[in-house]
Amino acid sequence: MIELNAQTIAFAILSVLVLGGGLGVVTTRNLVHGALWLVLSLLGVAGYFVLLSAPFLAAVQVLVYIGAIAILIVFAVMLTRSMTSLGEVRNRQWWLSAITVILLFLLLAVGIILPVWGRGAPGEVTSLSATVGGAAELGAALVDGNGFVLPFEVASILLTAAMIGAIVVARDEEDEQA
Amino acid sequence: MTTCVDFINTLSPCLVRAGWNADLANLLSLLLGVVIVATVPLLTVILLIWIERKFAARIQDRIGPNRVGPYGLLQSLADALKMLTKEDITPSGADRILFNLAPIITFATVVLIWAIVPFTPLHIGADLSIGILYFVAVGSIGAVKVMIGGWSSNNKYALLGAFRTIALIVSYEVPMILALLVPVLMAGSMGMQDLTHAQGGMWFIVMSPLAAIIFFVANLAETGRSPFDLLEAESELIAGYNIEYSGFKFGMFMAGEFMHVFTVAVLTAVLFLGGWWGPFVDQFPALGFIWLGLKTAVVYLFMLLIRNTVPRFRIDQVMNINWKFMVPLSIVLILLQSFLLRLIDALGLRPAPELANDLLANLPQTLVLLAGNLVLGAIFMHLLQRHGRTLREADEALATVKGEAAPAGGMAEA
Repeated sequence: MIELNAQTIAFAILSVLVLGGGLGVVTTRNLVHGALWLVLSLLGVAGYFVLLSAPFLAAVQVLVYIGAIAILIVFAVMLTRSMTSLGEVRNRQWWLSAITVILLFLLLAVGIILPVWGRGAPGEVTSLSATVGGAAELGAALVDGNGFVLPFEVASILLTAAMIGAIVVARDEEDEQA
Repeated sequence: MTTCVDFINTLSPCLVRAGWNADLANLLSLLLGVVIVATVPLLTVILLIWIERKFAARIQDRIGPNRVGPYGLLQSLADALKMLTKEDITPSGADRILFNLAPIITFATVVLIWAIVPFTPLHIGADLSIGILYFVAVGSIGAVKVMIGGWSSNNKYALLGAFRTIALIVSYEVPMILALLVPVLMAGSMGMQDLTHAQGGMWFIVMSPLAAIIFFVANLAETGRSPFDLLEAESELIAGYNIEYSGFKFGMFMAGEFMHVFTVAVLTAVLFLGGWWGPFVDQFPALGFIWLGLKTAVVYLFMLLIRNTVPRFRIDQVMNINWKFMVPLSIVLILLQSFLLRLIDALGLRPAPELANDLLANLPQTLVLLAGNLVLGAIFMHLLQRHGRTLREADEALATVKGEAAPAGGMAEA
């Protein structure tokens, strides 16, 4: 039985934020509203991280997803102002994305539930991992040879390539002559 | 759980000893903290607006507010009342909910930062282990509010203003965050109290003046005050993204901006000027509040001086300064600073933990770091100078070709 305490209530409120925000993203006809619903949903996820005693991840979640990615989305949407109120459905591939979404959801759900399925009695708390790390451990793991140094560097190269690409695309041809 | 010493420094244990319920005492202590942290900055800002107007007036050879109350002290209150009683207009075609949300977010994001400001060794809203990162994260929501405000007004000038503002905010966030890494490197922690404690022997502004300057300048740009006020440019562009706002909602934007400036002053004082450190803080922790206030006042007045005396940059100059000067400088600075800190450890110049708050014991490592900063600063200034000379010479050559006299002063760009 779920115990009703401050943590459970906070979890319920955050879940409403996350799911409600997500629902808002897919139901609204206005793309700017959609982007802002996404901000709300991501804010709820940051709240989850706080509940899980991972303040570093919470701050990074706000910084990266709301401060950077959401702003980027809103920017892109706003530069195409006619898209802010979609009247008709633009293509007929909704069923394809629906199948993809359902498959992805099942994959994630199975991936999360399977490792803990049948472990421990009802009401008993099972932790997925024995290690509890802070920002220092995370930082060390990212540059550790046995840790995540390879994915970390691959991500860095990807971002650098994306940045160079953006500069090349945005560059005016007249710049060369001036 | 701390033990009861007196009611100012350890409220909740003292209430428990006086026979209160422990939960109730905790709740009261937290509630009091939230109310104080959320209202004191706001009330201070009302006074600060008066100081700012008086300061600007003196520089411009005027008297400034002098009608309402003694020395015009109540002018800000009168202005607030005026704002409250004005008609609250929502432009037609505006997105009503978002339009009303933007001023609230503006205000909330600034107030939220105060939660991590350490007022004294014992008084802090929340001593998060990631204090600095919290500040950066909350600050990044600032761009969202500009976007919402600019878009929901249904005015193309407001939208254009929002684009300009966000371009500036997002750009200057880069050197600001990089500069923040330097105190974190030196203190070995991201918590605001740890950062302040680490400055017991020597303030970080002495140990890394470049980081302090970068942080300060980047924050000047974030607040959008002169010389970075090209977003508002009151006399030419009217207001920028908040052009459609009037009455109390405009007042909230304005108060939020003033409070942002004040918050930046406090954070500069905490991160680089030693926060609450000062004489007798060890005996009377509450005294730290006064030291912090004094340091904040110095930074704030310095910002006012800059605002009122430095002319405005052009948009291309603003971007050039950031991407071609401040970002490379801050990246090199981090590399240099971490190298020097390793060097200090290797040479055994770091003071022993029990001498960490001793000025003399801190002197060797301070001198090494300071020397490194000065050399780096000199190199960058030299490069800047050479770049400026090249530009000037190109201008002069162009002018001679056209048969005109070279423009006086040249067109030096940073």
